[in-house]
Amino acid sequence: MARGQPTSATSGSLEELLSAKEIVICCGSGGVGKTTTAAAAGAMAAIHLGGKVLVVTVDPARRLANALGLEAFGNVETRVPDEAFADAGVEPRGELWAAMLDTKQSWDDLVHRHAPDAETRDAIRANPLYTNITGRFVQSHDYIAMERLYEIHTSGRYDLVIVDTPPTRNAIDFLEAPERMADFFSSRLLRWLTVPYRSRLVNAATRPFYRIADTILGSAFLEDIAEFFLLFQTMYDGFVERARAVQRTLEDKRTTFVVVSTLESAPVREAEYFMEALDDDGYHLGAIVFNKVLPNYLLDTKAAKAAKAMAERPDEIAAALPERLGDPSDVARVVDEVGNSFLNFRVVAARESEQRKELAAQPDVIASVPYFDADIHDLAGLLRLGEQLWS
Amino acid sequence: MLGLLERKLLFVTGKGGVGKSTVAAALGALAAERGKRTLICETDAKGNLADFFEVGATEFEPTEVFDGLFAMSMDTEESLKEYLRLQLKLPLVARIGPLARTFDFVANAAPGVKEILTVGKFCFEVRERNYDLVVVDAPASGHIVGQLAAPDAIKELVQVGLVRDQTGWMMDILGDPNKTGVVVVAAPEEMPVQETIELADRLETETVVDLAAVVVNRVLPELFNRPEEEIFEQMRTDEVVEALTDAAGGPARPVLDAAELAVTLRRSRAGHLSRLRDELPDGVPLLYVPYLFQRSHGVRATKQIAGFLGEELGY
Repeated sequence: MARGQPTSATSGSLEELLSAKEIVICCGSGGVGKTTTAAAAGAMAAIHLGGKVLVVTVDPARRLANALGLEAFGNVETRVPDEAFADAGVEPRGELWAAMLDTKQSWDDLVHRHAPDAETRDAIRANPLYTNITGRFVQSHDYIAMERLYEIHTSGRYDLVIVDTPPTRNAIDFLEAPERMADFFSSRLLRWLTVPYRSRLVNAATRPFYRIADTILGSAFLEDIAEFFLLFQTMYDGFVERARAVQRTLEDKRTTFVVVSTLESAPVREAEYFMEALDDDGYHLGAIVFNKVLPNYLLDTKAAKAAKAMAERPDEIAAALPERLGDPSDVARVVDEVGNSFLNFRVVAARESEQRKELAAQPDVIASVPYFDADIHDLAGLLRLGEQLWS
Repeated sequence: MLGLLERKLLFVTGKGGVGKSTVAAALGALAAERGKRTLICETDAKGNLADFFEVGATEFEPTEVFDGLFAMSMDTEESLKEYLRLQLKLPLVARIGPLARTFDFVANAAPGVKEILTVGKFCFEVRERNYDLVVVDAPASGHIVGQLAAPDAIKELVQVGLVRDQTGWMMDILGDPNKTGVVVVAAPEEMPVQETIELADRLETETVVDLAAVVVNRVLPELFNRPEEEIFEQMRTDEVVEALTDAAGGPARPVLDAAELAVTLRRSRAGHLSRLRDELPDGVPLLYVPYLFQRSHGVRATKQIAGFLGEELGY
């Protein structure tokens, strides 16, 4: 085992973690394999822990749907067929379900739930800002992901829900989303904004604000905005209460966070930042998963010595090999390439091992997944990755 | 065809994790090396840009990081202030009162405002000819279309007002392929290639901006030609591994394993690369940047990648 790498005796397993939790939130920067990790962990949980396991992903690749034996999956939860498991040679103790997060649909559901009457509901949906806001509102994806999670969890339909978080510009955005959403709807600004359209009475303190807003955006647009928020305010109580409940769920002991990262510098830094933020805000960091980890043998000093010799004295070494391999100069070139390639990858592996040491201090569970040289096409492939995560 | 760096405004995007910021930094460095007064701007608050040049954190006010290369980071609130001051001639802060809160409202409640303040700032720099080239380390592929389409979206939503008036000249700059282009960075892996193909399509249908180039980052070297690969296969037998171990003075198996890994990685990536070539629109140049076996991602790596990009562009 490489330097600095924790042994299994000092850290728990993902199996233990998942068996004790009801909600697992996978986070990390883009391109680190979050979605695949979430799906693999879900499949392993369904197989080994039993019960009903749901994986909610944000933007699933078609390949992931295929790997789960599904044509596609959408906002509605879909069960992964037993045949997919049978093809992979396993018999799961539980059930695996998958769903995708459709932001627009989820917002519509939310409005449907909270609108006081059908008239308000329709007015909201018809407002020109509604589509735009639900589609592009900076925090709307983040919020709706957490909202959906809460809805699923409180429905009691699943024993374990694993969520893949949306790619945010800032990894902690989605954590703060419920609070910000509640703040936003109770903010004075919103009241300011909607006042003149109710009373047409603008006081001295707020007048400059309107003048600027009017100049910049035009009063028609302002009215659209005001109407939208006036309508939304009818849902205010339900909405804020809901946002607070979502917040409590995130902080609950039954919820845990799994940070996923590769060992490249930018994702590692983001993971570091994210772990600090989790800690500061009192969330539970359950595990860190390192993806695409280069093999340990690259750090072996004796092998490095051999590689160095091959790169430095290829002709001499080639001459010591059986003649049947081919022309000595060709063989020497191969020896040279092989040695150099090892040394090249070793530089990267050494750097990554350093990165890893810095990060590994924090959570109880640390899992490493090696660099898979082929893409994952089926459940068997997903489970190979899952095995690496699991124990 | 117009040289990539002859344009005035380049948005560099790509799937998370492919090295988008590295390539943006390298393009900026390359342009500056070639004598262009260049502005590079990061649009998220991660502060990675500073690392690529090994300078302190960048701010809204550009600072010269090396000869002819200026770096800044986007701050939409500052951009709004500048816009009000320069464009609307509004003597501001004192009269608006709590600008921060006002801004929060405007930016959050009115969709597209944050985006247009960002894109508007770049278009403004181009219009004023303050730089020969503006390179934007833009949002990842999931967000770039929303940003580039913002002027259009605003035009639809806002019927009157100064914001609407501003969208016209921005669209002119964004829609002119002699001025503006998008550079998509991809890695030769399945998802980045997939996203690049989809993004090319969305840029075409949902925005006015031209796809200027695709940079394929982290291309692994070809270790062997066909006969060499046969020799390598034979080396994997126990007998040869033993001889190799003796001759090299250390265990040869892991060294051969590493080469095998390099060969398979390269092979699975080659498939993704050819798919990228096949499915991109005709005429979009592909620029290849090799995988850097490097200790760090500092200024040295930035300059090396600038060198590779320069070669690919025929400089």
